[in-house]
Amino acid sequence: MSETATGVVPAAFADVVADEVRLRRFLDGLPGVDPVALEQRATALATRSIKKQSKLTAIDLAISMVDLTTLEGADTAGKVRNLVRKGLQPDPERPDTPRVAAICIYPDLVPVAAGALAGSENTGTKINIASVATAFPSGRAALPVKIADVESAVAAGADEIDMVIDRGAFLAGHYGKVYDEIVAVKQAAGAARLKVILETGELATYDNVRKASWLALLAGGDFIKTSTGKVSPAATLPVTHVMLQAVHDWKRATGEQRAVKPAGGIRTAKDAIRYLVAVREVAGPEWLHPHWFRFGASSVLNDLIMQRRTQLEGHYWGGDYVSLD
Amino acid sequence: MSRSTESVATDPTEWDYAPAPESEAIGRVKERYLPFIDGKFVEGSGDDLVSVNPGRDEPLSTVSTVSEADLDTAVHAARQAYEGPWSRLSGAERGKYLFRIARGIAERSRELAVLEALDNGKPIKETRDFDVPTAAQHFFYHAGWADKLQHLGHGPDPKPLGVAGQVVPWNFPLLMAAWKIAPALAAGNTVVIKPAETTPLSALVLAEIIADADLPPGVVNIVPGAGDVGAALVRHPGLDKVAFTGSTTVGKQIQQTLAGTGRKLTLELGGKGATIVFSDAAIDQAVEGIVNAIFFNAGQVCCAGSRLLVQESIAEELLTRLRERVDTLRVGDPLDKNTDVGAINSRSQWDKITELTRAGVDEGAELWQSSCPLPDKGFFVAPTIFTDATQTMRIAREEIFGPVLSVITFRTPDEALAKANNSPYGLSAGVWTEKGSRAMAMAARLRAGVIWDNTWNRFDPAAPFGGYQESGFGREGGPSGLAAYLDTDDEALIG
Repeated sequence: MSETATGVVPAAFADVVADEVRLRRFLDGLPGVDPVALEQRATALATRSIKKQSKLTAIDLAISMVDLTTLEGADTAGKVRNLVRKGLQPDPERPDTPRVAAICIYPDLVPVAAGALAGSENTGTKINIASVATAFPSGRAALPVKIADVESAVAAGADEIDMVIDRGAFLAGHYGKVYDEIVAVKQAAGAARLKVILETGELATYDNVRKASWLALLAGGDFIKTSTGKVSPAATLPVTHVMLQAVHDWKRATGEQRAVKPAGGIRTAKDAIRYLVAVREVAGPEWLHPHWFRFGASSVLNDLIMQRRTQLEGHYWGGDYVSLD
Repeated sequence: MSRSTESVATDPTEWDYAPAPESEAIGRVKERYLPFIDGKFVEGSGDDLVSVNPGRDEPLSTVSTVSEADLDTAVHAARQAYEGPWSRLSGAERGKYLFRIARGIAERSRELAVLEALDNGKPIKETRDFDVPTAAQHFFYHAGWADKLQHLGHGPDPKPLGVAGQVVPWNFPLLMAAWKIAPALAAGNTVVIKPAETTPLSALVLAEIIADADLPPGVVNIVPGAGDVGAALVRHPGLDKVAFTGSTTVGKQIQQTLAGTGRKLTLELGGKGATIVFSDAAIDQAVEGIVNAIFFNAGQVCCAGSRLLVQESIAEELLTRLRERVDTLRVGDPLDKNTDVGAINSRSQWDKITELTRAGVDEGAELWQSSCPLPDKGFFVAPTIFTDATQTMRIAREEIFGPVLSVITFRTPDEALAKANNSPYGLSAGVWTEKGSRAMAMAARLRAGVIWDNTWNRFDPAAPFGGYQESGFGREGGPSGLAAYLDTDDEALIG
């Protein structure tokens, strides 16, 4: 399951990406998304009642899917080391708590994370290092600069690259430019899995989210990811529904499974479980694995830990009983 | 072995939802329920009936029913109340009572939601999020009209009709009672209403709410019983108005009975609604719309979209998605909060659905059913889709009133229209297309009382609801619904 998308366009779609005209025709020809019915479905699914053992299983699954993130200008080596320790042992008082999936940081801090994680794969599940790149979060830099950004992160030990698409080019209809950039970044990322951030808050419509999802899948993105976390709104349930539907459709058309990552705005265990319900019912149960679904988040981890203890011990713990990071 | 992976050691893709049943005790089901006549709960002189919990095929409660003599008492009480206090009250005073009833429903909403799920078999998700809140909304909405009747366009002081006899069906027991009672009272009438034989309980809890609201005795009388009680009620000479929701067969009998009596009549009968999906539709949401149209309340809805008309060029794609989606529906315990499709209301309805499904197979349509496991007890039907159905088949013409969809393809808008209209019914229709002009053009030519554009089963007390042809006449909801309870001297408005 560790393989990355090949970057080779499946035969069924080879024609589609041959030139920008055909690419635009294909993307503009995708079925529309009706916002009222989409939001109605997302709201209805959010009322699923998850209790008892299924809640505990969901909490552990959600913890194991967290990309524990710090993306601040003020990040330091110390902050990243703390984050790594938190990711390795989210709840020191309950060492059976699963590890998170990845630590998500800026490229220059990748060596710090690599150092802090060294050897930890021998004591449990490997935690990946995910690095944002390509002039995150705006993506407003020349392509060679973006490529260099990616290469430096991979060279420093990143297992996963979180790139941003050129939303300006997308909104202007230059789908070919967006496509070519993703292909170039995919190549630069090499063996690292590529997460393509659509920044759905700037794409504004669900139709655009569907188009951008397909564009990223055609270009070889291993993940489609909602947001940088720097733009509001970040991840929402309806947007994630559209993206889960896209990977489901992609798999039906090509046989290839690709992953999804909502990021930003997921703060409580309840939120996280609602996403897992959507994963199960929209994409399918085979996506219920950290390889195929991630949460880009930080604060949600502590709520998951508190809810986990509640499930196991029968009463709530205050925030003071859970480590900040 | 590392401890860190222990708790997700089981295959996470097998994660499923544990049973999440709502507590049955919240429904406060009583051992025995009594008719509500002239402001009091009294023993009826008819034979008791046993209401069955269709989710388990077990007796739920016993209900005392009324005889013809009790009906005379009830109609007389309604007449006294009409001539006594009720028609002399100001609109604002009547509105005050309606607001009280609305708040009473809201206050007892959890109880009503559980009781309705137990008695009817529909999932708690629907009673909690649709039936009960919408019933309260109808009272709130009509409470607001009670002192504004002069703005309806029927003159400066429109008059009520008098005593209304009302018969409601089992598919939305509380909500249909609200649809009937609220406009009647707002307009100044008094009512005698008969709940359905298989689902009388929520209406009798509504009677408690009405009693608690201190409504003058006789303004609302609730008379449980079987079909014979309904027949006796609608032909009762003491009525000024009859409103019936139910089957087309019974509706026709009522119309014959009332012919020449001068009594006003509104009928809301069966349907065979068509969901029309064009090739440019938002396909995933069209799938949602189809699911809502035919599997909401297990298809036991008069305005159900039981026919799917899909443009041939996307038929295969749409059906693939539809089957995948329907396979995720959770069929089972009505009280489980995660149940999407509950029980069929009664054994006889289950038999009818099964019989028509068999007819579909015999006539050569291709049957597909959801793989969802069904409970061992109770009346359940797996969501069913018939493809390769044609207009000549019974499953495409008759109202099945169950979770059974017949799929028919079309090539052009005219063909879709012709097929959609090719039914003696005319209650509901829906169009899925991203092209607004096409949706409007279709709506103008579809013969149906309700037409949904890119949605289905959206209701609002302000929106009139009703049918064409064998789906009945008269409207419920909105200003036209109120007109059906006023002496407008304008037959066009009610029929």
